Amino acid sequence: MGIGIITAAYIVAAILFILSLGGLSNQEKAKRAVWYGIFGMALAIGATALGPGIGNFEYLIPLLLVGAAIGVVVALRVEMTGMPQLVAALHSFVGLAAVFIGLNADMSLSLAEAAKEAGTVGELRNFAAIVVKKTPVEVSIMLVEIFLGIFIGAITFTGSVVAFGKLAGRIDGKPRKLPGGHALNAVAAVACLVLGYLYLDGADIWTMIAVSLLAGFIGWHLIMGIGGADMPVVVSMLNSYSGWAAAAIGFTLGNDLLIVTGALVGSSGAILSYIMCRAMNRHFVSVILGGFGGTTVSTGPIEGEQVAIDADGVAALLEEADEIIIVPGYGMAVAQAQSAISELTSRLRSRGKNVRFGIHPVAGRLPGHMNVLLAEAKVPYDIVLEMDEINEDFPSTDVAIVVGSNDIVNPAAQEDPNSPIAGMPVLEVWKAKNVVVSKRGQGTGYSGIENPLFYKENTRMFFGDAKSSVNNLLGVLD
Amino acid sequence: MIIGTPREIVAGERRVAMTPASVQRLVKLGHGCKIEAGAGISARFPDDDYAAAGADIVCDARSLWEDSDVVCKIRPPEASEVEFIREGQTLISLLYPAQSSELLETLNARGATVVAMDMVPRISRAQKMDVLSSMANVAGYRAVIEAGNNFPRFFTGQITAAGKVPPAKVLVIGAGVAGLAAVGTAVSLGAIVRAFDVRPEVAEQIQSMGAEFLFLDFEESGAGEGGYAKPSSPEFREKQLALFRAQAPEVDIVITTALIPGMDAPKLWLEDMVLAMKPGSVIVDLAAERGGNCDLTVPDEKIEAPNGATIIGYTDLPSRMATQASNLFATNVCHMIADLTPGKDGVLVHDMEDDVIRGATSAKGGQITFPPPPPKIQAIARPPQKAPEPTSEEKRAAEIASFRKTTRDQVAMLVAGAVLLLAAGMFAPESFMQHFTVFVLACFVGFKVIWGVAHALHTPLMSVTNAISGIIILGALLQIGSASNPIAILAGISVLIATINVVGGFLVTRRMLAMFQKS
Repeated sequence: MGIGIITAAYIVAAILFILSLGGLSNQEKAKRAVWYGIFGMALAIGATALGPGIGNFEYLIPLLLVGAAIGVVVALRVEMTGMPQLVAALHSFVGLAAVFIGLNADMSLSLAEAAKEAGTVGELRNFAAIVVKKTPVEVSIMLVEIFLGIFIGAITFTGSVVAFGKLAGRIDGKPRKLPGGHALNAVAAVACLVLGYLYLDGADIWTMIAVSLLAGFIGWHLIMGIGGADMPVVVSMLNSYSGWAAAAIGFTLGNDLLIVTGALVGSSGAILSYIMCRAMNRHFVSVILGGFGGTTVSTGPIEGEQVAIDADGVAALLEEADEIIIVPGYGMAVAQAQSAISELTSRLRSRGKNVRFGIHPVAGRLPGHMNVLLAEAKVPYDIVLEMDEINEDFPSTDVAIVVGSNDIVNPAAQEDPNSPIAGMPVLEVWKAKNVVVSKRGQGTGYSGIENPLFYKENTRMFFGDAKSSVNNLLGVLD
Repeated sequence: MIIGTPREIVAGERRVAMTPASVQRLVKLGHGCKIEAGAGISARFPDDDYAAAGADIVCDARSLWEDSDVVCKIRPPEASEVEFIREGQTLISLLYPAQSSELLETLNARGATVVAMDMVPRISRAQKMDVLSSMANVAGYRAVIEAGNNFPRFFTGQITAAGKVPPAKVLVIGAGVAGLAAVGTAVSLGAIVRAFDVRPEVAEQIQSMGAEFLFLDFEESGAGEGGYAKPSSPEFREKQLALFRAQAPEVDIVITTALIPGMDAPKLWLEDMVLAMKPGSVIVDLAAERGGNCDLTVPDEKIEAPNGATIIGYTDLPSRMATQASNLFATNVCHMIADLTPGKDGVLVHDMEDDVIRGATSAKGGQITFPPPPPKIQAIARPPQKAPEPTSEEKRAAEIASFRKTTRDQVAMLVAGAVLLLAAGMFAPESFMQHFTVFVLACFVGFKVIWGVAHALHTPLMSVTNAISGIIILGALLQIGSASNPIAILAGISVLIATINVVGGFLVTRRMLAMFQKS
C-alpha cells in the first residue's frame, strides 16, 4: 500500500475519531458514535499494517489475536461497578506501550547511526530507514520527543497502576506519602531533566531507562498521595496523560494520526479533569498535590443525634410521599444495590409517585459513574438528573433517599466555612421534608469529614448494607 | 432625681405610667420614685406592691407634683394638673403637641421641659420607647376580643354532632401595628382573616401573620413618610371602596385601623356597606377617636345598626386592658428615662443632639422645640430602587461591550499563541512544523468537541478516549518489523497490550451505551 493511500486512510480515521467523541453529546447518538471509533481504529491499524516496511507478520498476527481475545474477555467479564478500575488499568497499558516505543525509537536511532558509519544504510528497514534520513536538527528534536514520550508514558503507567489498586481496593484509599512529600517528586523531576539534557548531549540509552524509572516513581508517589475521593479527577487526568504520551510518540515517529488522536484524547481528559474540579470547587493543582482524602478534620462537634429507622418506617414514609428523589453515591456501587434500587423505583413509579434521581458530578469514583450503574440496572435515563437540574426541587420533595453517598450531600459545604469541603456544590437533600440515609454504619465518608446531615431533625438513618436494606424495604412495600 | 406618677384623673382612664416592676428599674438607675396613693388600683397594682418595690406612697397629688423632679403620666395634663407644674420640672406623657398647641404653650410658659411620648421617632433604636406601637398592639388584640364578645358565633369552624359551624370571616383594614395584632389574634382564634392596606409592601407582613392580603390592582402606593400611610387619590379611593363593598356581605367581623398622621380618619366603611352586612356582624372602629373609619361610628359607644350589625367605637381599648397596657407603657417610659440617665447615677442629661430625645422633646428651657427636625436616620429603609430596566440602547451597549471584551481576550490569546508558534518556527525544521500544525489543530478540535459531551456520558467518554488512545499501537506496528531483536520484542509487547486496550475499551463502551434506555 502506498504512502498516499495510508495518509488518506489516516485522514478518514481521524475524522471518525472526532465524530466518535462528538457523538457523545446524547445517549442515542452515542451508540452510533462508538461504531465510528471502532471503524476508525480498524482502518488505522489495517492501513498501517499493510503499509511499507512492516514485517514479522508471523509474530504480529498472533499478538493481535491474543490481545484482542484478552480485551474481549476483560470487557465482557467486568462488572459495571468495576468500571473505574478497568479504565485505570487500561490507561496503564498505553503508558507502558509509550515507554517501550520510546525506547525502541532510541534503539532504532542507534541502529541507523551504526548503519551510516558502516555504509549499510540501504539494508535498513522500516523506522530506522526513516530515521537515517533526518538532519542533525531533526534528530535533536526527535530526542526531545523521545524524552517526553518516555517521561509522560512512565508517569501514566505507574500512576494508573496505583489508581487501579486504589479503586479496586487493593491499596488503601488513604493518601500516603514518603517522608519528603512533594519535594521528592520535585527532586525526581529535576533529575529527569538533567538526564534528558545528558541524553541530548549524546549520552546513551541508559539515561532514558533511568528517566523511565524516575518518572515511574513520580507517577507512583503522586497518585499514592491523592485520596480516594479525588479519584474521578485522577482517572481523567491519567486519561489525558495517556493522550499526550501518544502524541509525543507520534512526533517521534512522524505519524500524524498518532499526533491527532493523542491530542484529541489529551485535551479531552484535560477538560474532563477541569469539569470535575469545578464540580468539587477545588483547584486542579490542589487535587494533584493531594492530601484531601484522608485527614480527619474536626470542625467542631455536631449537635443532635442520629435517629435510626427500620424498613417498615421507610415504607410508611414512601407510601405517603408523592415526590421522591434518590441520591446514589459510591456506597450504592460497593453494595451492588443498583438493581434493587431500580426495582424500588419501578414499584414506586407504578403507584403514580414521581421518582427521580439526583446525580452529583463527582458521585462515585469516575465521572458519570452513577449514570452507568443506573443504566445497567435499567433505570430510564430521563429520570436521572444532574445536580443543577434537580437541586431546586428538594424543598418540594417529600422523601429524599440517600444511598451510600456522604460528602456530596454534606450541608457543611454550605454552612461551615471551616469545613475542608466548604464551597463545594452539594445536593441539598436536607431541604426535603424527610431524608432517609441508607448507610452501612456510623462512620465518616471517604473524605473523613463528619456529615451534619445525619444529625438533622428530618433525617432518618437506615443502617445496613444498601442492597439488603433496599431488598428488605421491597419486601415490606408489597 | 425624684420621679413621680400621679393618679390619672381623666374619667375612665385605668392605666398608670409606673408599675412596681418599673419602680425597681428606675431605682437601679439611681432615681427615687414617688407614686400617688391609689394610682395603680384600677390597673390592679396595689400600693403595697409599689412600696415593696421601693417607691414612696404620697397621699395627695399636690405634694407629689411639688416633690417630683420628673413627672410621668399617661394622659396629657389636665388644667388642674397644669397648675402644679413648676419651673425646671420635666413632664413625660402623651401630649399630641400638633393638636394641642395651647397646652404646650402653657406648659412652656411655666418653664417645664416636656417630653411627649407620642413624638418618639419611628427608628429602630427608639422602638423600645414607642408607646404608640405598644398601645396599638394592645388595642388590636382587644378589638378582636371586643368583637368576639359581641359576635354571636364561634370564630373557628367546627363539625360537631349538633351540626356544622362555619368559621367567622374577619376583615382587617389597615395593617399597622394594631391591624397586624388584630390579624394575629383573629387567626389564632381560628377565623378566616383577610386584611387590606394601601401600602402594598405590607402584604408580606400580613401573609406572615396567616391572613390573606386583599390585593388592589392599582398603580399607586399609599406609603408615606416614616412607614405611615398617606392620603390616596380619588380614583384609588373609589377602587378601594368597591373592593370593600364586595367584601361586606361576606364578612362577619370588620376591624378598621386606618389612620393618616395629622388628619381625620378616612371614611372607608360607608353606611351602605354596614347595611349590606349580615345581622349579628360586628364592626370595631379603632379610629373612633379621630372620627372613625365607619360612617356610623359613635366614639366611646357601642351601637347597633338597623340591620342588626354592632358597631363598636370605644376609644379606650388599651385602658380596658389596663394591667397589660400599664406594664408596656411603664416599660417604655423606663427606657426613655434610661436614655435620659446615661450615667445610671440618677442625674438627668437632656442631650438634644440625640435623635430620639430631640424628637420627643417638645419644650425645653422656655422654648418650644416642636416640631423637631427630621431624624438623621431614616425611619424605615427606603425600598431599594428597582434597577431601571435597561433600555434597548443600553442592552445593545452592554452586548457590544461584552463582545468587545471577548474579542479582546481572544485576540490576545491568538496573538500570544501566534508569537509562540512563530518562535518555534524560527528554529524548528519544516518537518516538525508540519506535525506541529496537525497537533495544534487536533488539540483545538478536541477542546471544542468535548464541551458538548453530555454529563451522564462522561464514563463512556473516558472509556472511548481510552480505547482511542490505544492508537499508540501504530507506533508499535511501525517498529515491529525491525531486524533488531530487542526492538521487535518490545514492539511486540506494545502491540499486545495496546490491542487489549483498544478492544477492551471499545467493547466496554458499547456495553455501557447499550444500557442507556428511555423510559
